[in-house]
Amino acid sequence: MAEAIKQKGHLAHAGHGSHDSGDHGHGHDHHDQEEMKTFGFWLFLITDVILFGVLFATYVVLRNNTAGGPLGSELIEMPGIIASTFILLTSSFTSGIALLEMNKGNKKGLITWLIITALLGASFIYLEVNEFIHLVHEGANIGTSAYWSAFFTLVGTHGLHVSLGLVWMTVLIVQIRRRGITPVTKRKVNIVSLYWHFLDVVWIFVFTIVYLMGVM
Amino acid sequence: MANHNAHTEHGDHGGHEGGHGSMKSYVIGFLLSIVLTIIPLVAVMNDMFSKQVTTVIILIMAILQFAVQLLFFMHIRDEKKPRYNLISLIFGLVIMLTIVAGSIWIMTYNAVAT
Repeated sequence: MAEAIKQKGHLAHAGHGSHDSGDHGHGHDHHDQEEMKTFGFWLFLITDVILFGVLFATYVVLRNNTAGGPLGSELIEMPGIIASTFILLTSSFTSGIALLEMNKGNKKGLITWLIITALLGASFIYLEVNEFIHLVHEGANIGTSAYWSAFFTLVGTHGLHVSLGLVWMTVLIVQIRRRGITPVTKRKVNIVSLYWHFLDVVWIFVFTIVYLMGVM
Repeated sequence: MANHNAHTEHGDHGGHEGGHGSMKSYVIGFLLSIVLTIIPLVAVMNDMFSKQVTTVIILIMAILQFAVQLLFFMHIRDEKKPRYNLISLIFGLVIMLTIVAGSIWIMTYNAVAT
């Protein structure tokens, strides 16, 4: 439809070469801008890689500095961690399906899969909060030792990222419901799913380095 | 003439967006990531290997998992040239690895650490 109107515009403006090229230039600019915004977000993710790198370095360096307090291997309960790992893995997959639905132009499917992703993310946070409560209850809080400071900072920063992603996803779902699938909401869904995959990657390293190596 | 050019451009664009992953690639990626999570889990929970071997195995699995997410979910391969995303990622990883490896290296030989 829009294409047809454009065509008519072309016919009407036959001969006005400058106007034609200007018009196309504009459409292309808009497309470029969405792509630039996605790239800008990608650069943010790269800085986040460095942020988490620093936290991982801190954790690894301080892993033996428990100041006579409880050890990670004594308090960590793996079943909950394993459950949250698979929950986050699955949510990374469902956010991908949301993207596929969006590319098909299926607004309802897109919203449904985003809601499923957000619910999985929420249960991940629920498990994490429960784990933290358990740890504090057992006498390991952020001030107990250098080890626990590094632990809570690293795992907590990841948890904060996931919580932020949940808020963002909820707002986005409302926006899609109102505006439908437009180039702008499309870009936003693309970005939020990139963010979600990124958080899954970070969690894989938290799982490996903090939990698996912690209980080894 | 200009009109014709614009049209081909639009066609290419559509094709590019269609190429952003398929159900098949997502399912393959998901299954791979599940397998790559179960392998280290089994290795650690059953104490199958020595501590050193286990460490190497689970780190390799984590890196493979990262690659799976990047290739199957984040579509790093589908990027058009110039590959700014890939280059900025490599740049970020170099800085990150320098920080991590450097910190570990320095602190291992620091009397405070042990």
